[in-house]
Amino acid sequence: MAANERRIILKNIDQPGYGNDIDTYLKHGGYEMLKKALGSRPEDLREEVKKSGVRGRGGAGFPAGMKWSFLDFKSGKPIYLVCNADESEPGTFKDRQIIHKDPHQLLEGMLISAYAIKAELAFIYIRGEFPEGARIVERAIEEARQKNFLGKGILGTAFSCEIRVHRGAGAYICGEETGLIESIEGKRPYPRIKPPYFPAALGLYMCPTIVNNVETLCNVKHIVEMGGEEYAKIGRHGNTGTRIWCVSGHVRKPGYYEFEGGAITLGELIYDVCGGLQPGRSLKAVIPGGSSMKILRADERFKGKDRDGNAYDLGLEDLILDFDGIAVSGSLSGSGGVMVLDDTTDMVEALANVSSFYAHESCGQCTPCREGSLWLKKILERMSRGQARLEDVDLLKSVADQIPGRTICAFGEAAAWPVQSYVAKFREEFIAKAEEQAAGRKPQETGERVALV
Amino acid sequence: MSDEKNDELVTVYVDDRAVQVPPGTNMIEAAARAGVEVPHYCYHPKLSVVGNCRMCMVELGMPEKDRATGQPVLDDAGNQKTMWLPKPAIACATKAMPGLRIRTDSDLARSCQQGVMEFLLVNHPLDCPICDQAGECRLQEFATDYGRGYSRFVEEKNVKPKRTVLGPRVVLDDERCILCSRCIRFCQEVADDDVLGFIDRGSYTTLTCYPGKRLENNYSLNTVDICPVGALTSTDFRFKMRVWFLRETHSICTESSVGANTLVGAREGKIYRITPRRNDAVNDTWMADSGRELYKQVEAENRLALPSIEGQIAEDPARAVRAAADLLKGRDKTAFVGSGRCAVEEQYLFRKLAEQSGAVRVDLVSRIAEGDGLLISSDRNPNVRGALVTGLIDALPLSELAGLAAAIDRREVDTVVAYNEDLTEAGITADQLAKVSVVYLGTHANATSARARVVLPTLTVFEKNGSFINQQFRLQKFLQAVPGPAGAPGDLRTLAALLDALGAPAPAGLDDVWSDMSASIEPLSGLRFMKIPSEGLLLDVPSSLRALPYAEGETLHHRPAESGVAIA
Repeated sequence: MAANERRIILKNIDQPGYGNDIDTYLKHGGYEMLKKALGSRPEDLREEVKKSGVRGRGGAGFPAGMKWSFLDFKSGKPIYLVCNADESEPGTFKDRQIIHKDPHQLLEGMLISAYAIKAELAFIYIRGEFPEGARIVERAIEEARQKNFLGKGILGTAFSCEIRVHRGAGAYICGEETGLIESIEGKRPYPRIKPPYFPAALGLYMCPTIVNNVETLCNVKHIVEMGGEEYAKIGRHGNTGTRIWCVSGHVRKPGYYEFEGGAITLGELIYDVCGGLQPGRSLKAVIPGGSSMKILRADERFKGKDRDGNAYDLGLEDLILDFDGIAVSGSLSGSGGVMVLDDTTDMVEALANVSSFYAHESCGQCTPCREGSLWLKKILERMSRGQARLEDVDLLKSVADQIPGRTICAFGEAAAWPVQSYVAKFREEFIAKAEEQAAGRKPQETGERVALV
Repeated sequence: MSDEKNDELVTVYVDDRAVQVPPGTNMIEAAARAGVEVPHYCYHPKLSVVGNCRMCMVELGMPEKDRATGQPVLDDAGNQKTMWLPKPAIACATKAMPGLRIRTDSDLARSCQQGVMEFLLVNHPLDCPICDQAGECRLQEFATDYGRGYSRFVEEKNVKPKRTVLGPRVVLDDERCILCSRCIRFCQEVADDDVLGFIDRGSYTTLTCYPGKRLENNYSLNTVDICPVGALTSTDFRFKMRVWFLRETHSICTESSVGANTLVGAREGKIYRITPRRNDAVNDTWMADSGRELYKQVEAENRLALPSIEGQIAEDPARAVRAAADLLKGRDKTAFVGSGRCAVEEQYLFRKLAEQSGAVRVDLVSRIAEGDGLLISSDRNPNVRGALVTGLIDALPLSELAGLAAAIDRREVDTVVAYNEDLTEAGITADQLAKVSVVYLGTHANATSARARVVLPTLTVFEKNGSFINQQFRLQKFLQAVPGPAGAPGDLRTLAALLDALGAPAPAGLDDVWSDMSASIEPLSGLRFMKIPSEGLLLDVPSSLRALPYAEGETLHHRPAESGVAIA
């Protein structure tokens, strides 16, 4: 653990002797916040969450309290809470830690949230690749039921809530909240068009629904503990609370680390917290928020003016580690998956790898993403195979440009942003690859291709 | 879209053209009203909106409002300012609200259209030369209108299943499929037979039938109609004829009293297919598969082309008419059997013929069977109401010709004129038939024509003009798609000739028949054949006619109770 980590969510995780059973959890003050919450009015709890300023930890960073405020309480239909435990963005492995090592923290957060939004049925949508996690959560639910923390008339109150575990079948798109909802309904996880299908009004079974990330729901417990205003004092304005960062790639100590918003810089995370790069290597690039986010080049400068009008000129390592600090770079902190790439990385190969993933995971519902992601993959695979053409560099950009903002869900951005950013920022590498391969190819091969085109 | 709000229209702007539409109208329809086509594939006016093809992306502008006060923001000239959204929106899922603007021809919209077109084509086989859809293919049309005109794709295309048999009438080419899901939604939402779905993911997504299921419901061919590309083709029609050679004629399906509006596609006197024609008050954009097969009767083996007298072909039709008239002249035991499959005009002249012959009884053959609740009603005659309106009959036909049979047995009838009906199929035994002289007017040879003393050939619905009155009392016209068999005069000419031979000259032309009818039949007064609009015309008929105990149950756009309301 780094010196300046502040562990709230991960407080007990990895502590010696801390098991994932309910007795351990109760010994550490477990479910006390549920008891406290059940003594408050739901609307007051929602107000606390709003005051806390906590932003969704799943990727988009939308303020959770505001999301809850969109709920249609007047529809007369049941309201559902769904925990998004699909954690499918490559480079992200924080929710897994919570699910495996502290499942009751998640359940407590969910039960408080369910009470706050008046949901009597909640779902944990857990990805298919987490069979052990699903088993652990199922057991935790049983334990909690034994103690009357969930089920009918929780702790003697009028509040009843059931939590169901729904396992995915291994599709990235199930992490998209409306795709996830479709999947719970037993259909293909085709994301819904918005408008009209905003989950807060027309969600699961066309009822008002809130979908929150695992980490977000855990935070609700701590917001109840501290009160919204106290919670909001952690971190910086607009980036309240702590965030768990998942660092992977070419660092010496990859792992998950929890920091207050804005407490450290990206450079400190890489060099101080994660022990820097392997000896003799230098930093080439960082993907700051999971593989779908725009890549940042090590020698980039980020210039502009902040909200107060002060000019800034930052290098990659100066970027402040929170939502707004990373957003300064034009990329996003997404799901908190920081991937570090050193100078041994072939950017064409790296992009081919990323694009291959998104082509494989595109659900195929809407045209730009379905066809664009596979086309990009095919171009990059060909480039990796030694058949790169000079015109591919611009073609990649042009194809990628036809995707984002034109699709049903944000997957279009996820498929396009890496391509757009890799090509823009490492253009010379793509060109060099094409030229090098062209020079290496036998003349007749080249001639043949020209004739074909 | 709620009709009751029609009086409070909202103004939206499509490419700066103002158009008034009911609030909530989707912007594809609103644009159409403004005369602007928004290209689309997955959107279908009669199916749910899924927004997956992305072809209808447009630039979207909202009337700008002051955030603090909510007041409209005006420009210097005092006009409402528009806030154009940076991202495109799909017109199909954008609903009309006051002041909404879309641009279908801006740089952003054009770029979206071009991008989607390119994407749709990268894995498409581009096999138009051997594709049945060519000529009526949205992919072809929009590629021309919005595409780049050349390909930037040098990779290998995806390989998917070809010639997949989805059911007895529909074949699928998955490589041509653009995954718009219209067919899936049709099966779920209209046919109520959820058998189609997608398997696999991304660009490898494949349309297929659920395990153990087949696309074999009686509406399966509608999926072929609404498939915007050549993925779904009809086993009956595929590889038979290029669609641009087909002349399409407005017709009416004769399968039941629903009267589904159809298009008959024919070339050089031969019919190749029947497809539905949109009528939002009758059949929407659908028709049953069974109705599409009816054109095959035109060239059936047992088709009657020439008149015959006593089993001998009569070279001269006039001689056959005279022979028939001779059988009717001066008799007082003649019965007439009309048909609910005949046109209004024919039923009218047939009634006159019956009157002129002093018929002792006029019957109509009833065809009641179970309806499917959608587009096949329980009355399988398309025009029983025509027979009632024209006065050919004055009560609903009974299930069998029992009265006629009894009359023959009692020797009260010795001559029967049967029009388009095989009496042996309608309760008359061969023995009974042997006891009477039969004059048969019909399209096909059958047991009755075999025993007829005079046979006069008539035309099928595809070979003549005429009209039917459907279960809603909607007068609908059908037009001639192909010529009849050489030598067979039209039904009206034959009937008029018979009347003439019996000393009662009658009009033989359609227009003349109509002037006659409109003068004498109240619900048809003031009408002419040419005046019947293509979507039909609801007739104002006497409540006594409406109140008859019709057999039809509920079908699409028809609830029997509604005619009950009219009685009150």
